[in-house]
Amino acid sequence: MDLYEYQGRDLFERHGLPVLAGGVANTPEEARAIAERLGGRVVVKAQVKVGGRGKAGGVKLAEGADETVARATDILGMDIKGHTVHKVMITVTADVAEEYYFSYLLDRANRTFLCIASVAGGMDIEQVAAETPDKVVKAPIDAVKGVDEAKAREIVTAANFPADVADQVVDVAVGLWQAFVAEDATLVEVNPLATTSDGKLLLLDAKVTLDENAGFRHPDHEALVDQAAVDPLEQAAKEKDLNYVKLDGEVGIIGNGAGLVMSTLDVVAYAGERHGGVKPANFLDIGGGASAAVMANGLEIVLSDPSVRSVFVNVFGGITACDEVANGIVQALALLEQRGEKVTKPLVVRLDGNNAEAGRAILDGANNPLVQRVDTMDGAAERAAELAAAGV
Amino acid sequence: MAIWLTKNSKVIVQGMTGSEGSKHTRRMLAAGTDVVGGTNPRKAGQTVDFDGTALPVFATVAEAMAQTGADVTVIFVPPQFTKAAVIEAIDAEIPLAVVITEGVPVHDTATFWAYNVAKGERTRIIGPNCPGIASPGASNAGIIPADITGTGRIGLVSKSGTLTYQMMYELRDIGFSTCVGIGGDPIIGTTHIDALAAFEADPETDAIVMIGEIGGDAEERAADFIKANVTKPVVGYIAGFTAPPGKTMGHAGAIISGSAGTAEAKKEALEAVGVKVGKTPTETAKLMREIMSAG
Repeated sequence: MDLYEYQGRDLFERHGLPVLAGGVANTPEEARAIAERLGGRVVVKAQVKVGGRGKAGGVKLAEGADETVARATDILGMDIKGHTVHKVMITVTADVAEEYYFSYLLDRANRTFLCIASVAGGMDIEQVAAETPDKVVKAPIDAVKGVDEAKAREIVTAANFPADVADQVVDVAVGLWQAFVAEDATLVEVNPLATTSDGKLLLLDAKVTLDENAGFRHPDHEALVDQAAVDPLEQAAKEKDLNYVKLDGEVGIIGNGAGLVMSTLDVVAYAGERHGGVKPANFLDIGGGASAAVMANGLEIVLSDPSVRSVFVNVFGGITACDEVANGIVQALALLEQRGEKVTKPLVVRLDGNNAEAGRAILDGANNPLVQRVDTMDGAAERAAELAAAGV
Repeated sequence: MAIWLTKNSKVIVQGMTGSEGSKHTRRMLAAGTDVVGGTNPRKAGQTVDFDGTALPVFATVAEAMAQTGADVTVIFVPPQFTKAAVIEAIDAEIPLAVVITEGVPVHDTATFWAYNVAKGERTRIIGPNCPGIASPGASNAGIIPADITGTGRIGLVSKSGTLTYQMMYELRDIGFSTCVGIGGDPIIGTTHIDALAAFEADPETDAIVMIGEIGGDAEERAADFIKANVTKPVVGYIAGFTAPPGKTMGHAGAIISGSAGTAEAKKEALEAVGVKVGKTPTETAKLMREIMSAG
């Protein structure tokens, strides 16, 4: 889960890291209250999970409460690269002398964590790394040993931080690592990490990604989810414990296993190229031993998407037996009818693997005119795309 | 001979008394796996009956190894306890630990991996979030269905469980030496490269199917490895060409970050080193079939 800057700032503050005083506002009036509390000159920053806010006019200075309200009014509702601004963060200003870069992140390739540090901050670090690679230090972090003062000093020395700020950077490096571990983050990025003209070190931006797998030990992380930004179908699926991602096509997809479902999306998209450009409408993995109830929940979510014109149920029976899956589909359709939901969209079902013959016989026996059985994945994808294209 | 798991492998199950653990212990036994016991500190000293096979429960992996000669552990404990279970297996220096558990925090995986490295990598870790490893006709450690395919001379390594099963099914008449599901998490113990190296060295494997998906650059690195080290034919498949950036597609590691981790980049990297990449699983199986029939 990616956090908004203000959530990252709060997280840093909770872990005792030096950040600017501030708050977050959903309305101009809330912005006024914060400006009055902070007093004087403030920065109003659009809260969107995309870079380039400054260039888009999403970051403005304001003097006093009235001007803060005016700037907040300008920025709230603004569209930045397709993201609508619903919140602004307001902080006091800092008299910035130098800008640096500091981050910890997951290093998948080396199966560990990485620290990236640079004295060239305030700009895109990938660009800095490409143009002046000698200014960027990448230090692997041993997950068991972590970052203690000695490790932090090693990084700070390697990155050539000036002597007068080195001690402060060491403290931030250790504190930021502790926050990274304590919160189960996969990314904490501070750009810029800045010094003020009076020599203080401040974390002026916050980019934080949290590991959703670690949610069980962070009940507080749930509150960081921006409910307004969650797709309603994704929300409904989540409440039913379904692994669903909304996409923008017309062919609803239900399958078992993440890899097979991803593969199904691709195969449907290829078939769609021959059928008016129809595309997959969603990713939905119902998992290993899916029951009739799980299948019903999945079908209900997929069918409730108004852009869906046909549904492709693609199941390879590994542990699950296909006769159970077939029963699940038949029962699911009956269950939906009982719930008062008239199913009108065609379903293409491909069953293969464990007990496939029995499963196919069950589908044939049910003789539901909406259900079409196609026994190969490629053939079924073709049929589902064709039906979606025809069902305009 | 197969890789890593043979008919001589003696398997224990960490979490054998739990619901998933007991279900799959029964399945592994039915598949002919030599399961010799399990661990659960609270039930140590008891035995559990699996359709007539009584398996002892030990307090620790080390004790189970000492008593039974086990050299493989399959781990089914919940995510909260997975790190401790793997570290216990590493401390016992068991040669192979297969971590089935899904939903393990990546900090935990990074920690037990670093711990394993510090201990000299005496334990091969497969997973987490994987279906395990099967050497058809010999042994089965994990949840891969045993009856899809018989023994043969294709090696299979895959990030995805169901795509593994699909590929085994498509090529069931030819058969497999070993099928390894390495898992879809951002950090995993055994990589495509590890499996490619083992299959290259295995005299009973003639060709290799490699299944990848979006996220990370494991497939690109595997391509470099193939170019330098693999002489056997390799056929590839990549899932996720139509996945949108920034969205996690089921597997925790299946995410395109910015412009990195795309299926297209992986396909190009593999094709650049002479790996034939199928557009669909079925086409991939067909490419392998052509190689095997050309002999």
